[in-house]
Amino acid sequence: MTMAGGIYEKYKSDGSLAGNVLEWVDARFPATSMWKGHLSEYYAPKNFNFWYFFGSLALLVLVIQIVTGIFLVMHYKPDASLNAAGVPVAFASVEYIMRDVPGGWIIRYMHSTGASAFFIVVYLHMFRGLIYGSYRKPRELTWLFGVGIFLVLMGEAFFGYLLPWGQMSYWGAQVIVNLFGAIPVVGNDLSILIRGDFVVGDATLNRFFSFHVIAFPLVLIGLVAAHILALHETGSNNPDGIDIKEKKDENGIPLDGIPFHPYYTVKDIVGVVVFLMAFSAIMFFAPEGGGLFLETPNFYPADPLKTPPHIAPVWYFTPYYSILRAIVWNFFGLDAKFWGVVAMGASVVIFAFLPWLDRSPVRSIRYRGPITKTMITLFVICFFILGYLGTQSPSPMGELISQICTVFYFGFFLAMPWWSRMDKFKPVPERVTMK
Amino acid sequence: MKKFLIALLFAPVLALAAGGNVHLDKWPGSVSDKAALQNGAKLFVNYCHNCHGASYMRYKNLMDLGLTEEQVKENLMFAGDKIGDLMMVAARSDEQKKWFGATPPDLTIIARARGELGNPGAGADWLYTYLRTFYQDEKRPTGWNNVAFEAVGMPHVLWELQGTQVMNHETHKLELAVPGKMSPAEFDKAVSDLVGFMVWMGEPQQEYRKTIGIFVLAFLALLFVVAYALKKEYWKDIH
Repeated sequence: MTMAGGIYEKYKSDGSLAGNVLEWVDARFPATSMWKGHLSEYYAPKNFNFWYFFGSLALLVLVIQIVTGIFLVMHYKPDASLNAAGVPVAFASVEYIMRDVPGGWIIRYMHSTGASAFFIVVYLHMFRGLIYGSYRKPRELTWLFGVGIFLVLMGEAFFGYLLPWGQMSYWGAQVIVNLFGAIPVVGNDLSILIRGDFVVGDATLNRFFSFHVIAFPLVLIGLVAAHILALHETGSNNPDGIDIKEKKDENGIPLDGIPFHPYYTVKDIVGVVVFLMAFSAIMFFAPEGGGLFLETPNFYPADPLKTPPHIAPVWYFTPYYSILRAIVWNFFGLDAKFWGVVAMGASVVIFAFLPWLDRSPVRSIRYRGPITKTMITLFVICFFILGYLGTQSPSPMGELISQICTVFYFGFFLAMPWWSRMDKFKPVPERVTMK
Repeated sequence: MKKFLIALLFAPVLALAAGGNVHLDKWPGSVSDKAALQNGAKLFVNYCHNCHGASYMRYKNLMDLGLTEEQVKENLMFAGDKIGDLMMVAARSDEQKKWFGATPPDLTIIARARGELGNPGAGADWLYTYLRTFYQDEKRPTGWNNVAFEAVGMPHVLWELQGTQVMNHETHKLELAVPGKMSPAEFDKAVSDLVGFMVWMGEPQQEYRKTIGIFVLAFLALLFVVAYALKKEYWKDIH
């Protein structure tokens, strides 16, 4: 057994001062067992490929967001009242950070780029799970914690996006909170409860600030810990989708396993450096991310009297926003808007059911046939098309395309119990392969 | 399949690069031209700043354009302001609203706000087009209209420099009816400088940001070599 929690021998001092201190600590705190159980004797499959960088990168971005966030909070003011120049204090405080706070622009751009980077990394991480069947038994709970992280991350991003108090912050929040109004009976009161006012205003800004800097980060960190603990309980999947614990040596160590530390720590450092190069390239040379990371209308301060001609959420929400807009029919006497909200919510939550929808006899796409490959490719294409359409103004053509993609999006999941079984499968190797 | 997915990743960015309604003239200037920026600052203070605030900027930041504190105080500041003050507008916003129908917007980050999805730098092109396409229109309360900004509230502040343009409704082109103090080429240069100043003001550290970025990337490239060598060394026995 090589698992965390009290099964490792306690540290014995060699008589040196540092050794004595460590022995004292280890007798009272699971330092050795955590170190060994999660790092130096946590055996990960040796065949991780490119797709396995994104878990540790997501953790890195989380740290970036927390650290930069701490410094931003020192100078940002969640205040919707107007200053002497007639500009909302919150909006002006962001420009104050950009201009008057030493190094403030670096911190702010790291945080704004980090928000988009978080979603890029998490989407790639989820895609990895999809193609290698990482969510399959026994890792269902790891996947569920992951879906929880994704949901909380979306909330975190949504609350954070209001804080600069620009036009898109304001009207984006207005549109999204109004969606809750579509829920029968309680909808209207619910949206007032969320806003703390009849329109998005100072009360909304203050509570979103509180959610963004305290409530959601706390939950996020808790879920990340649970995600990693659950993963280390079952052990990692790998690109071959086979169980390395089935083949062990005389010491009970998986033959295809290598200690996470030092092997994957040094490998992940390479991933981190490459990631930071891409991150820095955006942050220093295109911090607006082509208008996708910082939307240009958000350089106008929030104006409750002037609705922008086109309100679009930030890119990472646009696929779901497209699904919302694709539903234009009333059902059962309920407004299309309500069903749009239901479809949008379902399109995110449906990821949680993947472990039970996938009935393929093998985990990894490497040993699955053309049906799986076609379905996953089409799903990715649909996801991108929906994402693109969500940034655009509504049009009849766009609506039709988004409806087709929405049908496929849900079809992909709901028909998975059938198509995932129908495929042609290749024999799975006994041991992992190094490709 | 891997390559296909990577291509997909960039498809929306390319698709977004298209778009836009009014034809915009490309802003010919550059934010690294200090002399042009100084000229732009002078034009901004003389022609724009009476009505428009630049309230996120401090006067002392103008020294970054290569000016001394004395030069800024003498040429670019309203009497009574201090060098550390924000560049607030002198006129009162409620009165302005009465005169123009709307409060003139703060211009500190107008160049960024006028950018487009897929091309955040298009704000400069919009400003460069807007400031050069005012024409006489008796139907407007101010007597002026604009090609880039239909039914604009602002009168043509630079008319004494550009002269008076009229719209030829047959060709849909602007024609210079009364020449101004500047030739068209001189006026284009002046507007380009003014736009340059507004682009610079939108993010005064933008050139510095890129300079730092080069050093950061160079450092990371070096770190990559070390990190990759370390990984190779550790992994040499893993097959």
